[in-house]
Amino acid sequence: MSVEETLQAQEGLAASATALGTAEQKTKDNPNPQMGEQYRPSLATRILGGGVGLSIGAMIAAFIVGGLLIAVTDSKTQQASQYFFARPSDTLIYGWRAASEAYVALFQGSIFNFEANTFVRQINPLFETLTVSIPLILAGLAVAIAFRTGLFNIGAQGQIILGAIFATFVAINFNFPLVVTLLLIIIGGLLGGAIWGGLVGLLKAKTGAHEVILSIMLNYIAVYLLQYLLKNSLQRPGNTNPISPIFEDNAIFPRIFGDGTPFRLHWGFVLALAAVFFVSWLLNRSTIGFRLRAVGANPGAAKNAGISVSAGYILVMSIAGALAGLAGALQVSGTEKVLNTGVAASFGFDAITVALLGRSTPWGTFFAALLYGAFRAGGTNMQVSTGTPIDLVLVVQALIVLFIAAPPLVRAIFRLPDPAKPRKKSAKKKASQKAVEAK
Amino acid sequence: MATRSRFAATGSLLGISALLLAGCGAAPEESASDNAENSDYMSCIVSDEGGFDDKSFNENSYNGLKAAEEDYGITIKDAESNGADQYNSNVTSMVQQGCNSIITVGFALADTTKQVAAENPDVHFAIVDDGSIEADNVRPIVYDTAQAAFQAGYVAAAQTKTGKVATYGGAQMPTVTIFMDGFAQGVEYYNEQKNANVEVLGWDTEKQTGTFTGDFSDQTKGKTNTQNFLDQGADIIMPVAGPVGAGTLEAVKEHNTKNSDQPASVVWVDADGYETNPDYQDIILTSVQKKMKEAVESTIKDDMDGNFTSEKYIGTLENDGVGLAPFHNFEDQVSDETKSELNTIKEDIISGKITVETEGQPTN
Repeated sequence: MSVEETLQAQEGLAASATALGTAEQKTKDNPNPQMGEQYRPSLATRILGGGVGLSIGAMIAAFIVGGLLIAVTDSKTQQASQYFFARPSDTLIYGWRAASEAYVALFQGSIFNFEANTFVRQINPLFETLTVSIPLILAGLAVAIAFRTGLFNIGAQGQIILGAIFATFVAINFNFPLVVTLLLIIIGGLLGGAIWGGLVGLLKAKTGAHEVILSIMLNYIAVYLLQYLLKNSLQRPGNTNPISPIFEDNAIFPRIFGDGTPFRLHWGFVLALAAVFFVSWLLNRSTIGFRLRAVGANPGAAKNAGISVSAGYILVMSIAGALAGLAGALQVSGTEKVLNTGVAASFGFDAITVALLGRSTPWGTFFAALLYGAFRAGGTNMQVSTGTPIDLVLVVQALIVLFIAAPPLVRAIFRLPDPAKPRKKSAKKKASQKAVEAK
Repeated sequence: MATRSRFAATGSLLGISALLLAGCGAAPEESASDNAENSDYMSCIVSDEGGFDDKSFNENSYNGLKAAEEDYGITIKDAESNGADQYNSNVTSMVQQGCNSIITVGFALADTTKQVAAENPDVHFAIVDDGSIEADNVRPIVYDTAQAAFQAGYVAAAQTKTGKVATYGGAQMPTVTIFMDGFAQGVEYYNEQKNANVEVLGWDTEKQTGTFTGDFSDQTKGKTNTQNFLDQGADIIMPVAGPVGAGTLEAVKEHNTKNSDQPASVVWVDADGYETNPDYQDIILTSVQKKMKEAVESTIKDDMDGNFTSEKYIGTLENDGVGLAPFHNFEDQVSDETKSELNTIKEDIISGKITVETEGQPTN
């Protein structure tokens, strides 16, 4: 028996253990459990009923509710609504205008600005979106990979900060040629994050402390550590504000399209893309990933099957931390070129919703991060050109998560088939109805 | 059709919300009336992470812009930053919108402002609370708040019944500690003059260490800190933490309902707290004012008139850029002696007889 076969047998074990717990429910949903082997839902059902359909449905629902909020909070619409019964068209027209203009501006700021006069300017928003999504991709992966192992990594915020601190330390203390410095910065970022994440895994594995509490507390420590360092060893000489020196050219990731263009997209994006491939391979193709997923599916069963749960926790949190740490490193030495107290922005928390929206799969997370990057990039244009408060972007983001957290609601709105209750049920219903009619 | 009914539902929802919002007045005549003679001049503002509702420098600078809109009929645009990563895109998109002048708020935007200003020499910039940029198209607006805070410290020391006053900050950065330094030195000066022994909790000028909440958003931390200070016997508290100060107001009010014989009070900062916190007028002793609204408005006015200057503006007691707010409800409780001493202090600071020295003090 090869290792892979053993592991597969173990996965079967783990799966059956999981199945045991929900056997009763399964029988209710699927009247013919023994037919489970043959039963394959149609492709459409799998796409629509599974993660993607649900995610898109949640997005659409969130956009509609967000549009209503934009309309309702628009001052012209509010004024017009005071004489709603005298001339209702005004209210509706102003409301529609406010919402559609805001969304058009969001699109123009994030994908394609058809009002700009040169093609480079027209396409610039798309690259802006890609630039903004870099930390979201990496931090999203950090949350997703932990999710798959059954851990809730709230600590991406702190891990990003640690990665950024390590990267800044390298950037302002070493003066090597570009490639060497960047390599050291990457290693520094990975290491800083891995330490911070690994600490959570270690404490969880050795003491049983809950990873949510641990990672939240480590977030606090990271924030204050950053504040302390920015007042001391990392502070810009001759400056009393908490901000690091601006990075030298040899510590900055070059722009992909060179300095002559307005595109800020730098080579860090390629690294983020590589990380998606890596995590995808790790989770789906490697033995380690298999073990991690087994731990995530059922720690008890995994342990029985000879997989070390503790090792899994420590490993996955170190990997997650390293990914988030890389996000921090790329943020300081790619996009910002400086370290300040706001380096992690809200990436660590956005990452949770990104991973959720991406159903914790590497590519799902990638596309969800692009979407959130588009929100972030387009939001600035939306508030500048239409005066819509940027907070509404946050509201739309929150609504997406809200709808995702309530799958039956989205399914009901969009008439999506429920994968857990395939057509059979309705067929059965019809059959029983027929039977009733026959009587 | 399901789709159509959904559209109908959307429409009716809009209608319902309109109903909720509204009444049913008469429709106005359609007319386009823009009474703006300067509407082709556009001034724009970009906030830092605090946002324009921070009851602090973002909000005050924004009010300056609003005042310019009302007084001169200019067009304005504003952009709030949700994170440090948005500074660059916000300022850049303001340039693309065609703003004549752009106000950036906070030292955090200094690097961005410097860079964008260098790329766009035709656009005029002003940056609030940062004095580091030297460029022909950037005007730094900074404040020597320690001067006014010194006066506040003096009056607090004169007014305390318990012999203890306190202060805390949002984060340890120069624009915050400058208040605390001035306050502590004002108390010290009182002790020297009157041979008193009033103690300052929450800030040590010598060691430059003190109490901070760590952010400018969590009001419960402000409340907890204040509670601690009150428990230690302080009866006048100065929060230097933007909206977090609301927690102090709450804690002091609660304290006063329980201990009506020994009421505590608050020294507010940035704006006149008596006006911005109408529910707490009876506990606000005075405020250390940092008049950003006025400076921003006059900077815009200068630029409109073609008198833009890159010369650094430093708000001091002398040019009335900083100052102590009126005592309002406490007018009767502050003795005439103290009031005249405060005037002397003001004159002495202006003449240089008293020097208030702090880290991060703006210099020419």
